[in-house]
Amino acid sequence: MTSQAAATIDRSVSVRLLDLRRTFDGGVEALAGITLDVAPGQFAAILGPSGCGKSTLLRLVAGLDRPTCGTVELHPPLDRRRFAYVFQDAHLLPWRNVLRNVALPLELAGIAQRQRQAAAVDALEQVGLAEVLRRYPAQLSGGMKMRVSLARALVTRPKLLLLDEPFAALDEITRQKLDQQLRDLWLAHRMTVLFVTHSTAEATFLADRAVVLSRRPARVVADLPIDLPQRRDALLRASPQFAAATKTIYQALERGGA
Amino acid sequence: MRGGKFIANVLPPVLVLIVVTAAAEGIIRALAVPMFLLPRPSTVLQYMAQHPADLLASLGTTAQAALIGFFASAVIGMILAISLSASSVTRRAFYPYAVFFQTVPIVAIAPLLMIWCGPGLAAVAVSALVVSIFPVIANTLAGLLSTDPALEDLFRLHGAGRWARLWKLKLPSATPHIVTGLRIAAGLAVIGTVVGEFLVGLMGSGEGLGVRIVSAKKLGRTDELFAAVLIASLLGLAMFAAVNLAGRLLLRHWHASEQD
Ligand SMILES: Nc1ncnc2c1ncn2[C@@H]1O[C@H](COP(=O)(O)OP(=O)(O)OP(=O)(O)O)[C@@H](O)[C@H]1O
Ligand SMILES: [Mg+2]
Repeated sequence: MTSQAAATIDRSVSVRLLDLRRTFDGGVEALAGITLDVAPGQFAAILGPSGCGKSTLLRLVAGLDRPTCGTVELHPPLDRRRFAYVFQDAHLLPWRNVLRNVALPLELAGIAQRQRQAAAVDALEQVGLAEVLRRYPAQLSGGMKMRVSLARALVTRPKLLLLDEPFAALDEITRQKLDQQLRDLWLAHRMTVLFVTHSTAEATFLADRAVVLSRRPARVVADLPIDLPQRRDALLRASPQFAAATKTIYQALERGGA
Repeated sequence: MRGGKFIANVLPPVLVLIVVTAAAEGIIRALAVPMFLLPRPSTVLQYMAQHPADLLASLGTTAQAALIGFFASAVIGMILAISLSASSVTRRAFYPYAVFFQTVPIVAIAPLLMIWCGPGLAAVAVSALVVSIFPVIANTLAGLLSTDPALEDLFRLHGAGRWARLWKLKLPSATPHIVTGLRIAAGLAVIGTVVGEFLVGLMGSGEGLGVRIVSAKKLGRTDELFAAVLIASLLGLAMFAAVNLAGRLLLRHWHASEQD
């Protein structure tokens, strides 16, 4: 086994959801039995109509909420600190500069100052933001904030990366750039990714698999492999295979009642 | 840029002050209002010029009590707000009693404070505390309860305990609210101090501005009375401005607009 393969396995975790249900107090049924197996190192996109329960699903996987019934199994069982979660908006701490925002997860885990700073600088370099370490969030553009948020997620070298419509608030060009960056980061690290999005094109570009949910209460209506090259770039978006994959996902969404 | 902004902010109120003072001077002279009803601004200024040492001593006494009262209500108010924010049960049980500070008529309980603490600095500072603590509690609490839920999730996800959440998330994100509360408290602390001093003055001791107001009124010295009122107002203004400045410094990174 090469050392790189060993590193890859070290970074990966499988996610198994078994008949996951969540009904909120007040009777809103968000998830009506989700069963899903995500292999180690897989990049899965999750799509579904607005309000169907995608965020709820992600929160259950992250352990931020408890299912009404059903189970979430991670293999190997994972220290919570090796999770990362990226929200729709950057949600940075306005009183901390970029470096200290990115170092936050390590600080909370009790890592020493010098180490966490080095790791934060490294994560910022990975998202191409090494030059704004000392700036404050208010001085950054929307796209830069989102990249800081991504760096904050990467700083723990997560084995499981959960993203909830992370680039939805950005303009199309910025969004495509960040999609590219995320795909490249995933190719480098091969962590397991669950990526919630509304965009069929974004799902196609990023993921190896698209899981399409129905209207609330959510069920899985389609589970589609995306057979595109591993390494993806802007040109791919113009190819017929890309259009075909996007269309398949779109049709599944329509069937689910989007 | 900075200087221009400063002038733009300071010039209008100063102009208003000059115009209003001059108008008051003119009207009082024209109507020949007797001094015991309303002294002319020039008489008040003259009094201040003639008794600088007495007035400064009074200001010192009042400022000391007001500052002690203000800092006490800042610290105690924030601690109470943190305790109240800990659970919705404690909040429901105790918040109504915090509102008590808002509604208590200070003039009515100040005599009690004199009995408990003696007619002196302690009673006056406690009076300032009682009057100024509620805005600190209410605003700090509102701030602590409006933390971004996504950030709470983030902290929980990374295993942050109660204290880390409080120190690294809730308190910092409540800073704008806390500053608002302290700004209000700064002015109120001076009011509470002066009211406390009225009662000390009625007992015939002390030298604070409130004491001076009471004795000047007894002697019909309206120039002295107005001078004391004016200085007390300026003290309140100065404390307000100091809190404002501290707040700006604390929050300077939060908004792009304050970066220039
Ligand atoms: N804490 C909660 N209490 C009660 N109802 C909730 C709660 N959280 C979510 N819901 C409800 O559950 C449903 C699913 O919400 P969720 O946020 O998971 O949807 P979503 O698919 O992420 O939507 P969107 O695409 O708009 O982000 C919604 O109807 C929502 O109102
Ligand atoms: Mg959502």
